[in-house]
Amino acid sequence: MALAIEIAGIQKRFALRHTRSLKETVLWLLKGRKGDLSKTFAALNDVSLTVEEGETVALLGFNGSGKSTLLKHISGVMLPDTGTVRTRGRVAGLIEVGAGFHPDLSGRDNVFLNGAILGMSEKDIHRQFDSIVDFAEIGEFIDTEVRFYSSGMYLRLAFSVAVHTDPNVFLIDEILAVGDEPFQRKCISKIKELAEAGKTLVVVSHDLELIGQICRRGVVLEKGRIVHDAPVAEAIAHIRGQ
Amino acid sequence: MTAGSDEPGGPAQAELRVPGRGAGLRDVARHRFLLKLLVDKEIKVRYRGSVLGLLWSYVKPGVQFIVFYIALGIFLGLEQSDRNPDGLPNYAIYLFSGIVLINFFSEALGNASRSIVGNSGLIKKIYLPRELFPVSAIWVSGIHFLPQIVILVVACLFTGWSPSILQLAVAIVGFLIAAFLATGLGLIFGAINVYYRDAENLVDMLLMVATWASPVLYSWEMVRRQLGDTALSIYMLNPLTVSVETFHYAFWLPTTDQQFALPPGFLPVWLPVALAVALFTVILGQHLFRRLEGRFAQEL
Repeated sequence: MALAIEIAGIQKRFALRHTRSLKETVLWLLKGRKGDLSKTFAALNDVSLTVEEGETVALLGFNGSGKSTLLKHISGVMLPDTGTVRTRGRVAGLIEVGAGFHPDLSGRDNVFLNGAILGMSEKDIHRQFDSIVDFAEIGEFIDTEVRFYSSGMYLRLAFSVAVHTDPNVFLIDEILAVGDEPFQRKCISKIKELAEAGKTLVVVSHDLELIGQICRRGVVLEKGRIVHDAPVAEAIAHIRGQ
Repeated sequence: MTAGSDEPGGPAQAELRVPGRGAGLRDVARHRFLLKLLVDKEIKVRYRGSVLGLLWSYVKPGVQFIVFYIALGIFLGLEQSDRNPDGLPNYAIYLFSGIVLINFFSEALGNASRSIVGNSGLIKKIYLPRELFPVSAIWVSGIHFLPQIVILVVACLFTGWSPSILQLAVAIVGFLIAAFLATGLGLIFGAINVYYRDAENLVDMLLMVATWASPVLYSWEMVRRQLGDTALSIYMLNPLTVSVETFHYAFWLPTTDQQFALPPGFLPVWLPVALAVALFTVILGQHLFRRLEGRFAQEL
């Protein structure tokens, strides 16, 4: 099996203080760059991880352990300070359902906009359009402006677009399932379907039960370091044991 | 198009690639469909919920034009008339042809400078070639510019406009100069604005200066008369001056008896220089943008 994701020794530092003004910076430069302009902390510290094609990996850890930051490095939203990240094929994700939605556009316009933002071509969207609308159970409301949607409809449509993007590597941050219970079940079975179809999945979630059903491998992060990498049941036990 | 559409060979054939490192403006060309959707979105959303809607695109420059025309053309005596033979003939056309261009530039640069911060929700979450946002802002301004050009042409036709092919071609080059300059500066200020929100205010100030530092309201001959030839040369180095002057050359000059001369060396020297400066700005902007975009997601 070929590698889908290769992360080699990445480090990422964040500034703690962000209230920087031009004046402060100029003063800092005039004083001969004494001291740090802002304090930093390591969000990711020497993280290495390889994921094979078709693997289903859960990133586990408490809040602030660096899971989402790691996911953002895989998607290319963030670049590491040192080390390298490489991915194969198209990477897309349910990083935030509906990040590319605009409330003043119709559902139809939003499907096209969000699909294109997530990397679908015009042809892909036309081909998948009916399937997206069916899955979301939006029906005749597809030409209504999205701001008149109920929150459930909004999330269903956004989720539906995302699962239809058909990437090689699927990144899922915390939104495994949206909407009411029947729709949640549908979301989960769709994600399982993707996993069975050989898609590479990287999932971040605090819902350990659900993660145990979907993923095979669990990677535990703590303060920006990988502390455990094992089959998912073992990784969950590790988290719970702490 | 995107990596996904060349997929039939299967994922195994794709190479391992570093995510988040785009090819800059070339990526924008590859994402034409997304660019089109982003532009459509802006157009649809801009005047949503307003009664006049797209009419605002006509009303605003219209009012601006009337104010300037009365204050400068009549009160300050720039319009030629029987009592004021030293003024410019058809000053209204002169004024309007410059205003439409400078309005395009102002809107394009202003919106491009805000485009990265304005789309922070997306930029923080999904990797896209970020140049798409400033470029779509410029594109939208170009579309808003079209109805104004139509009004200008109609007004010109009423005053006996008969331009030569050369004059029209020069105006197109002049428009491209303004568009490239706005793109380059938009990339620069859009990127800096992520780190220092001062950039927005700096741009607003620059745009105010731009209206007065190019011959929109007065003629270039006044610059020479008051300040001399050396100052005129410096004045002509501003690509916007050249850009505005191409519009005078194409839209205003053919409505007069063509007695007014272009600035010396305009077509052979200043036009190519301005185009070169504008293109250089794009290259510089692209370079700076790519150096700064690596940390957009964490700074926004």
